[in-house]
Amino acid sequence: METGLILLLLIFPLAGFLINLFVGKKLGKTLPGLIATAAVTGSFVITLIYFIKIVSTGQAIHVHLFEWVSFSDFKANFELVLDQLSLIWLMFVTGIGALIHLYSIGYMKGDENIDRFFSYLNLFIFFMIILVTANNLAIMFIGWEGVGLCSYLLIGFWYKNHKFNDAAKKAFIMNRIGDLGFLTGVFTLGYIFKTIDFDSLKLAVTTTSNLEVSGLLGLGTLCLFIGAMGKSAQIPLYTWLPDAMAGPTPVSALIHAATMVTAGIFMITRLNFIFNLTPDVQLFIAIIGAVTALFAASIGIFQTDIKKVLAYSTVSQLGLMFLAIGLGAYHVAVFHVITHAFFKACLFLGSGSVIHAMGGEQDMRKMGGLRKVLPITFATFFISTLSISGIPPFAGFFSKDEIMVVAFENNIGLWVLAALASLMTAFYMFRALFLTFNKGFRGTEEQKHHLHESPFVMTLPLIILAVLATIGGLISLPFGYSWLNEYLSPILVAGVPAEHGATSHQFMLIGISVLIALIGLAIAYYQYIVKSVVPEEDDKITGFAKVAYNKYYIDEIYDTLFVKPFYVLANFFKNIVENIMNAIVFGFGYLIAALSIPLRAIQNGSIGLYLFFFVIGFCSIVAYLFFV
Amino acid sequence: MITIIFYILAAITLASGLLTVLSKNPVHSAIYMIVCFFSIAGHFLMLNAQFLSVIHIIVYTGAIMILLLFTLMLMNLNEQHEPVKKVASRIAATVSACLMVVLLLGAFLKATPTIEAYKAAEIDFQSVKVIGDVILNEYLVPFEFTSVLLIAAMIGAVLVSKRENKA
Amino acid sequence: MHDILEQVGINNYIYLSALLFCVGVLGMLYRRSTIVMLMSVELMLAAANMLLAVFSVYHQDASAQVFVIFSMAVAAAEVAVGLAILVAIFRNIGSIDIDNLKNLKG
Repeated sequence: METGLILLLLIFPLAGFLINLFVGKKLGKTLPGLIATAAVTGSFVITLIYFIKIVSTGQAIHVHLFEWVSFSDFKANFELVLDQLSLIWLMFVTGIGALIHLYSIGYMKGDENIDRFFSYLNLFIFFMIILVTANNLAIMFIGWEGVGLCSYLLIGFWYKNHKFNDAAKKAFIMNRIGDLGFLTGVFTLGYIFKTIDFDSLKLAVTTTSNLEVSGLLGLGTLCLFIGAMGKSAQIPLYTWLPDAMAGPTPVSALIHAATMVTAGIFMITRLNFIFNLTPDVQLFIAIIGAVTALFAASIGIFQTDIKKVLAYSTVSQLGLMFLAIGLGAYHVAVFHVITHAFFKACLFLGSGSVIHAMGGEQDMRKMGGLRKVLPITFATFFISTLSISGIPPFAGFFSKDEIMVVAFENNIGLWVLAALASLMTAFYMFRALFLTFNKGFRGTEEQKHHLHESPFVMTLPLIILAVLATIGGLISLPFGYSWLNEYLSPILVAGVPAEHGATSHQFMLIGISVLIALIGLAIAYYQYIVKSVVPEEDDKITGFAKVAYNKYYIDEIYDTLFVKPFYVLANFFKNIVENIMNAIVFGFGYLIAALSIPLRAIQNGSIGLYLFFFVIGFCSIVAYLFFV
Repeated sequence: MITIIFYILAAITLASGLLTVLSKNPVHSAIYMIVCFFSIAGHFLMLNAQFLSVIHIIVYTGAIMILLLFTLMLMNLNEQHEPVKKVASRIAATVSACLMVVLLLGAFLKATPTIEAYKAAEIDFQSVKVIGDVILNEYLVPFEFTSVLLIAAMIGAVLVSKRENKA
Repeated sequence: MHDILEQVGINNYIYLSALLFCVGVLGMLYRRSTIVMLMSVELMLAAANMLLAVFSVYHQDASAQVFVIFSMAVAAAEVAVGLAILVAIFRNIGSIDIDNLKNLKG
């Protein structure tokens, strides 16, 4: 019964995938969406059952399916585990997943390949569930690769556009680099501990105090972090995420904001007991996270594409999460993942709603004044913006504030970076809000005519997510009233540091955070409401703004550093090495052919000659046997 | 006495074998071959292998040679003088055959010391009765398969030599 | 006559059959008429058979003689099929000269 129900969790989205894949075309235009949504909702209901169960009992559930890999002393079972960590992830993967499926019914309406779209979405949910319920690293890798595949398929969903295909390929290849790191890390851990099972790893870590392996262990965790870098878009592997916005907006919301990109954080949190052993790597993670947060935020300020702004904001927020992880505050990172999933999904869906209304236009310079036409979208977008900027009492405030506190207590320098990133976040989010919804409309007449509020299936998820973005902070209140920290404590080996009540510097930090957010809001208000500035056209941007608008030319730098040399190398192999190889291989062929001409003369069909040679051969054999 | 008979027989065998090979007319060849086979049957008889001797005469001289002669007559080859091979190839043939003789004899001579002296035992091991017993008990299955082989050969021969249907 | 091997000696028999075999080989190489070549093959087979019979006597075991019988059956089958093939060839190209049969040329 237990096993069956948990398997159902997996089977629902898989069945949805298969149905839509094979018979989706015959189901018409609305049924695929309904089936897919129902499948994910089913998974969500099951998750909810187990979530309630685990909240009351605190017991993790293991489902052993079969023995998967077994040789000599290494063994890996195919086992699913539902513990606190995987269930909280499942909650928002399936929950937000279901909402986004619902939203997609409206957003993708009329697309000719709607069945394919929903089958991919279901497949994504399926792999995501595998990823989070995995009990060992190998199974997690299945999910890890699976979500990467779905991400690729969905970014390139509108495959007729060549640029979208390139973006999909870019995402896939960037992730490959990270995956190589991840695999290397898995192998290293397997080599050190002879197991890749989370429970056994935990046991091995707590029972052995073998310091000789620590160097190797550091390498392992570093490699795992490289994997997380790729999946969660950190410097230097982040460039795929902004490009991934080529996919349909619900995909951006689901995969590239709420769920898949948090897989790296999930993996590190899962292995927190190992990362705790390598403080150097942790510091490295924290620095990378803080730098990414600031770097991406500074790019975000100058973007004019509404989805690009959100994409860079996602990179920046992920950076903050890694900052928290690097400082050992896994529970804070998880908290921010959750709130971020709420408000960022809401923002993306809101931008989707705007794009839907604008008939595909994504440039904020052509928007404006949409507040009156899209009241629900505006309200939800506004709430989420307040939330992400860290203005109380919205959810983002609590999680961001906790990160700030952790950063301040551990490393002032990183705290400064994070604070700057927060300031920028508040600024560019309100910039996006004001440019999109306030002042007059700057688009064409035709677009103005076309403007309309989105249908109910699209606004309902927006409303639900906005509510969650408002109240989501309640799960982890500061000053020791955190439900989440208590809930997660069985997962975190080092434990959750006891909150030492309200101290003066905490109040001070909260004050600073709020102040920062308000400053960002004020600057944006001054610029875009009072002065009514509209970002200039592409060719008029100059100075630093131009550099940041062009993303610091990182793509071009990568192009020169990696792609071009690679082409040179490939051309070298194609034009020179291949020719040499050809010459060698064909040369052998020609040599044999030339040598065979005299030999062919012997084969002249004369049986007498054959017999003669036969006799000679027989004689030589006898001679060899008896006289040599 | 026996030794003298052996040498005479051996001389007949080799001489008729050579004549078989060397005579120009294929019919003569066949006839010399009959002589050769009779002498071999004589050898068998001297070895006291009566059954083999009789079988040999029946099969070779009785069946195979008749078949050969019949074919020769059928093809009307008796008068046809085959064109002689080139001198070079004849020399090569003779040389290689001689080489083989030398090699084989040399090999056997070299191997002589391993042959121990023969001591006849007074038991019956090759009378028709014993051979029949061995064939039908120990070698029954191969024996039956021999009959299958012969049938297969018969059918094959008929099929191969059958005039092809022009249709 | 049991003691024939004692008097003649097995060596002489071996030499005889070796020589007879070589005569067969000479025929194979020397002649061009396929039918005579077939006869040479028979000569070689007979030589081998004789050696088998001699060793049968030498070891006083009837098995070798049984093999001779089998070998004769095979020889009979071979001659039958071989002659059939020759007849077919003769019918097709009007000759059984070995030098005319050059279809094996590679």
